[in-house]
Amino acid sequence: MNAAAVRYLAPFAVGVAVLLLWQALVQAYDVPSYLVPSPLLVLHTLMQDWGLLSASLLVTLRITVLALLAAVVLGVLVAFLFVQSRIIEASLFPYAILLQVTPIVAIAPLIIIWVKNPTGALVICATIVAIFPVISNTTLGLRSVDPDLLDLFRLSHATRWHTLVRLRIPSALPYFFAGLRVSSGLALIGAVVAEFVAGTGGTSSGLAYQILLAGLNLNIPRLFAALLLITLAGVALFLLVTLLSRRALRHWHESEVSASA
Amino acid sequence: MNAPAASPTVSIRGVDKVFPNGVRALDRIDTELHQGEFVTLLGPSGCGKSTLLRLVAGLSAPTSGTIELVPGGDAARLAFVFQSATLMPWASVEANVRLPLDLAGMPRAHSGERVRAALALVGLPEFAHAYPRELSGGMRMRASIARALVTQPRLLLMDEPFGALDEITRARLDCEIRDLWAQQRLTVLFVTHSIYEAVFLSTRVLVMSPRPGRILREVPIDEPHPRTDAFRVSERFAAWCRQLSELLAEGHAEERIVQ
Repeated sequence: MNAAAVRYLAPFAVGVAVLLLWQALVQAYDVPSYLVPSPLLVLHTLMQDWGLLSASLLVTLRITVLALLAAVVLGVLVAFLFVQSRIIEASLFPYAILLQVTPIVAIAPLIIIWVKNPTGALVICATIVAIFPVISNTTLGLRSVDPDLLDLFRLSHATRWHTLVRLRIPSALPYFFAGLRVSSGLALIGAVVAEFVAGTGGTSSGLAYQILLAGLNLNIPRLFAALLLITLAGVALFLLVTLLSRRALRHWHESEVSASA
Repeated sequence: MNAPAASPTVSIRGVDKVFPNGVRALDRIDTELHQGEFVTLLGPSGCGKSTLLRLVAGLSAPTSGTIELVPGGDAARLAFVFQSATLMPWASVEANVRLPLDLAGMPRAHSGERVRAALALVGLPEFAHAYPRELSGGMRMRASIARALVTQPRLLLMDEPFGALDEITRARLDCEIRDLWAQQRLTVLFVTHSIYEAVFLSTRVLVMSPRPGRILREVPIDEPHPRTDAFRVSERFAAWCRQLSELLAEGHAEERIVQ
């Protein structure tokens, strides 16, 4: 068996084995579905409640994608600001860290109170969670330029603009994408956590709200089905970002060159 | 060709360089570079030869003394070749070579021909669309030299360009530089720690000693051009190498006495 087949088949086989074991144990010990539903029941519930759950999935996905876009735009802008001068970075970076370490569950209620638009409030929460890796990685990337190449640009009388567009930004891309991968997962987590906080106020109908409601109603199969959708959404988002990164870097960066070879 | 032309194109007068950390890199450097010369700065690492090259390029300023580039002379059009190939990994060989022309605002219609010519000069025309990672170390260095030549420089500053290459590739690239220097009638200021390279290429060698970097002696390599592989194995070649080697050893001994 070749290496590529192992890479895809091995995790698939593990997954199937775990699901089979799960199904067998639930049936053998007759575990009630309000404690642990069997995988088949979860799948059945997912199909039965598809109308409700898919609508919720779209709500959560919309918040996640908007938050990720906001994190990218704002994070990159902040990184550009940071590399303008060490003083700016030194004065502001501690506050970026503050943003990173503040638990979102603690400030989400405030944001939901302050921001009238419920979607807007959730997007802000998820953006706060997702933005830090973009800021720190892009800043690092914009600074990690080959000093000899910088000298070459100086000798060629390059403008600041040319140095930014033709040297700093391409140098920063691998760092930026590494940050984006982390941020894509964080955006989803941020969206779900914010929904949990807001959901009790009935301001949203995303997947987290469905989980909350299903839990209250002891509709555990639906809870599992919603959980499954969140997980799948996270994986899909990660794969999408990975694909983007590969397309952008495949010709030259070691991380993607070896992966696609 | 061998005798230095009368007009200096770079005059270095009483140049000192002290780094912010207090290290005295260069101490009272006085020399001139004439049009058409191939001058080599030879010395152990840490003797300030690369620093001197950067001063001539204008990449840093001397602490005291002056470096005068004669206006309209060869130094007015200089190009720099770095120790490593210093190519942009995200750009094709062609785009890398075209970079200085792009930065100067030359339209693509004009630059295309210049890039092709430069790649032909270094023997890389069929690798125009390759990426740097697909090339060997020697080919990358050729692309780097093509990027310097594309601006049609008169003065070429080279900072240990072949230091990272294997001996065989290095000997071949030395021959190519020898030919480029003769064909393009360039003035070259070359940094190396290889005695053989210095003897093979130079019209004049400036032997330097470390800490602080000083010029111990100027040695004109009085041999006809073009120099061939036969010269590399001749007794005269060995004699030049011995002379330079002894000078370097003297510099080393002096350094120990100073310490």
